Amino acid sequence: MSVLDTAVLAIDPLLSGDLDLGIVGIVALKVVVAFVILLVSVMLMIWFERKLVADMHNRIGPSVAGPFGVLQTLADGIKLFFKEDLIPDRSDRVVFKLAPYLSLIPAFLVFAIVPIGGDFSSGDGTVTWFGERTYLQVADPPVGVLFFLALSSIAVYGVMLAGWSSGSKYPLIGSVRASAQMISYEAALGLAIATVFLTSGSLSTHDIVASQVEGNWNVFATGVVPFLVFVLAGTAELNRPPFDLVEAEQELVGGFHTEYSSIRFALFFLAEFMNVITMSAIAVTLFLGGPDGPILVERVAWVWPTLWFSLKVLAFLFTFVWLRATLPRIRYDQLMDLGWKVLIPLALGWFLLLATLNVGRDRGWSPLVVVFASVAVLWAGAAMLGGAVRKARAERLALEFESDEVLDAGDGA
Amino acid sequence: MSDVATSGLDDAPVSDSDSAERIFRLDETSAVLRLSEAEAAALAGNSEDPPSGDSADQRMILNMGPSHPSTHGVLRLILEMEGETVLRSKPVIGYLHTGMEKTAEDLTYLQGPTNVTRMDYAAPLFSELAFSMAVEQLLGIEVPPRATWIRMLMCELNRAASHLLFQATNGMDLGAVSMMIYGWREREEVLRFFEKVTGLRMNHNYIRPGGVAADLPDGWQKDIHRLLELIPPRLDEYDKLLTGQPIFRKRLQGVGVLTPAEALALSTTGPILRSTGYAWDLRRDQPYLAYDQVEFDVIVGTHGDAFDRYAIRLNEIRESLRIVEQIVDLMPDGDYRTQDKKVTPPPRARINESMEALIHHFKIFTEGFHVPEGETYAAVESPRGELGCYMVSDGGPKPYRMHIRGPSFVNLQTLPHLMEGGLIADGVAVVSSVDPIMGEVDR
Repeated sequence: MSVLDTAVLAIDPLLSGDLDLGIVGIVALKVVVAFVILLVSVMLMIWFERKLVADMHNRIGPSVAGPFGVLQTLADGIKLFFKEDLIPDRSDRVVFKLAPYLSLIPAFLVFAIVPIGGDFSSGDGTVTWFGERTYLQVADPPVGVLFFLALSSIAVYGVMLAGWSSGSKYPLIGSVRASAQMISYEAALGLAIATVFLTSGSLSTHDIVASQVEGNWNVFATGVVPFLVFVLAGTAELNRPPFDLVEAEQELVGGFHTEYSSIRFALFFLAEFMNVITMSAIAVTLFLGGPDGPILVERVAWVWPTLWFSLKVLAFLFTFVWLRATLPRIRYDQLMDLGWKVLIPLALGWFLLLATLNVGRDRGWSPLVVVFASVAVLWAGAAMLGGAVRKARAERLALEFESDEVLDAGDGA
Repeated sequence: MSDVATSGLDDAPVSDSDSAERIFRLDETSAVLRLSEAEAAALAGNSEDPPSGDSADQRMILNMGPSHPSTHGVLRLILEMEGETVLRSKPVIGYLHTGMEKTAEDLTYLQGPTNVTRMDYAAPLFSELAFSMAVEQLLGIEVPPRATWIRMLMCELNRAASHLLFQATNGMDLGAVSMMIYGWREREEVLRFFEKVTGLRMNHNYIRPGGVAADLPDGWQKDIHRLLELIPPRLDEYDKLLTGQPIFRKRLQGVGVLTPAEALALSTTGPILRSTGYAWDLRRDQPYLAYDQVEFDVIVGTHGDAFDRYAIRLNEIRESLRIVEQIVDLMPDGDYRTQDKKVTPPPRARINESMEALIHHFKIFTEGFHVPEGETYAAVESPRGELGCYMVSDGGPKPYRMHIRGPSFVNLQTLPHLMEGGLIADGVAVVSSVDPIMGEVDR
């Protein structure tokens, strides 16, 4: 095995020795299992969301296909598959066909770096399959979290190109919103994740999970704020309510996928819900210790990490649905304000604070002085930012009044 | 009054006369997009234009509707936009035009309510009431007290139902989809009572010239008490879900601001006028039915924005229920329709024994009753504002001309002024807060 391969596929003990057919088989099995788990969980997630939101709305929700309507997603998928596939005359046909895949494939790939089980507290997070020790994740690249950020950037292209290539106005507005929103919130997302790098000292998802064993979760180690920023920015990145401006149906009909129909629409739909699951899984991995949790029955020890992981993800999924049922949609300019004027400065400030504390600990400075000085600096920074924002607003308002006055004067003459 | 109405722009140098002038400017700075259908179509198809530096070239004509999720039926808006900002706009109506006013000239006075009830389909009883009051003014007949009070009871419940529907659609337009279901749920309870009384959930044809179609069913007080216990706590839930919600407030406050002078210049009525702080309610200012005998408050706003219109409608539900509560105690006994044999058909039993009754019955339902020559105007305070019925009779059994002053139609002309300078999302909030019912706009 060459050095390059090791660098890309990382340090899974499975791949550290020589490759043989059995190991290739195990990797292939892991890929298939991850693929199937993701697809099935997306199907269940769509059902879960519809059923739960129906409960919150005082409705019944899907109830006909299968027990409790659990096969509704399958039925919808089959229906969409046989629907007529329309491509608008004005569209850019190649890009129009490409866009759904740019959305879907990154959604699939992100799940590859998520450790969905393995005992990290007493072992090293490996499981033994067919006599081979291996991680319970498809790949553990040393650049793990960067891989996640890179793929979520590619997913922006899917949404943006879909809107642009439709040759229609509502999708165009939707895609402009999408690119602005997703790029802005990626900055906040990245800064929140950077604090995890500081505390865990690694980019690899396996190492990040290994650093949070026995309740020493990053959500506390980084001081909760980055976690909240991550969840908010993640919701915006997913275009979930209250940040679902990209497909705001009351304003833009269907947003970027207005012109899509049939299976192409289904792919966007699938990608959207898949992203919800992978984003929750990433949040659990980075901040909530991944599969970390007590092992209650020793005899089936391997079940517990996966169970804890699933429960944590489920809590996130529930929260996403809950938000959708409760909150009205935020407005475009307010969204940008929240992203640039609140989340990014907050995440950046917190990151600097944590970095300073780390340096202070290494150098043996008095923690009290470090904290005091850092807070003073951050407060000064916040005051300057607030002042700048207020000044800009005042000038903008003054300008508006001026033009209004000119306008009124012109009318009077 | 104007400094209150332009809050948020505290030191805005806009006096009342200025703001009224702004409504009537005709040049490029007007909020109204003056564009013919052909020009709009030519511009709308022209999406391939390469953008250039000139800001006029970066403008886009966007057609919103007539088939769009948040244009409340078939309203069409032509928007001139720069990015997401709406510069000028033009509401286009007529997509639901079915010639109801013309149809009225072919229907007898007794058939008339069947026709007008389909205008404002969210508050059908008010159109019936305005029509019936106009006919009764021409006939010069008095309606029995019980009929008057039944009309008031049904209308106030209808106002509550209509405002509940507004709460539902307003929530939905802002993305709070749960609110839509909750609003409908409560409205459904009111409609269930209507079904019990009139036989229909909507388009009741219940209020007719001379009284109402049927007496209230036995045990109606119990149903009303049930509604009075059910709805107010749910309204408090709306307050919890939306009124204090920061996102909700930010979406509505300061959006679609109207000053009292502008509101009067545009002849708005109802919650839109009241939101500017101008307390005008026909129930109080030109009392009809028995509104002078019940106690209620006229809810007014201060800022004239979309949030005030939301809050006014929410509180008007409470006021309506307060009126309903008084009506239950004050409901008199007696006839539910006038005993004028020329207007009211005889009871079924009388037809068997009286030739006169049979002839009356036959004449009323074939030719219809004759109404003395003359013209009249009757106005009621519908949930959307002043709903008036202007009627001309040539002495025959059918109106010579019938015209409805639909508050939705008049209020619709505020749209360009309210939407000017806002974002698309504000535009949706504005359309929602004006709460037009297209059936009443197009007639």
